Amino acid sequence: MRARVIIVPRPEVLDPQGRAVAHALSGLGFAGVRDVRVGRIVYLTLEDGLGRAEAAREVDRMAKELLANLIVEDFTVEWID
Amino acid sequence: MRVAVLQFPGSNCDDDCMQAFGRVLGCEASLVWHGETSLPAGTDLVVLPGGFSYGDYLRCGAIAAHSPVMSATKRFAERGGTVFGICNGFQVLTEARLLPGALLRNAGLAFVCKDVALRVESQHSDLTARVAPGSQLVMPIAHMEGNYFADAATLDAMEARGQIVLRYVDRATGEPAQTANPNGACRNIAGVANERGNVIGMMPHPERAVEDVLGGTDGLALLAALVAQVSARAA
Repeated sequence: MRARVIIVPRPEVLDPQGRAVAHALSGLGFAGVRDVRVGRIVYLTLEDGLGRAEAAREVDRMAKELLANLIVEDFTVEWID
Repeated sequence: MRVAVLQFPGSNCDDDCMQAFGRVLGCEASLVWHGETSLPAGTDLVVLPGGFSYGDYLRCGAIAAHSPVMSATKRFAERGGTVFGICNGFQVLTEARLLPGALLRNAGLAFVCKDVALRVESQHSDLTARVAPGSQLVMPIAHMEGNYFADAATLDAMEARGQIVLRYVDRATGEPAQTANPNGACRNIAGVANERGNVIGMMPHPERAVEDVLGGTDGLALLAALVAQVSARAA
């Protein structure tokens, strides 16, 4: 069982990396990019014995306790398989 | 006066703190490895030094914040013990939720290493209790993630309680001008304390300004004031 935890800066937090990437894209001639946010992805491979519901609870706790800092970041969890 | 300087894998200002608190200020200072589950008996002050704990993996300070010695440090702070984090140590304290807010990548996306001017804003903390508000101090910063962030409501509440203890200011005017802000920190914040005033974090490095040979002694004034305050309480 694999999960993908996607972590991005919260909307109200300035993301200087995203702004630099937006600037670079514009410099390359890509018009029409309104905003860029740079985050990170954590791939978790979980023990098969866990049921999906329990695994979801565990991943939610992992994200809140360590993987994301909820003061400045939001996260979403996607299940790969 | 017993000072415990915490040492995480990747700390690199631990010896600077040992020199400042031990040799220069005459405290009984010892290094405490991150895997320890308790602090040395009789510890009066816990110092979290600068560096790159755990290689800054995930987020600066995030992994160090969950190390065994931090559980002991939390218990120490809950009992009213004084905990002081410098640079990466400040990042660890925010990640450990011992201090409000978070430290983000510098707004200019560059590592900044230079002397800055600071103004003491409040006597609410053990660090600044014995320093006159408005005092200006010059010492170095050296960081990539020193951009202090908290939401506006949190910042307002912190201001009202005196938890914002140090701000970056213009050396000539003494005011927190935008041009004097080296990293984009909210409201030019360089150092904060918790509500109780016994946990303090700051991005600049006072331990690197404790002897003339280092280029200045303004850091010594601040650390000496901290030691005097903690000693008075311990006595």
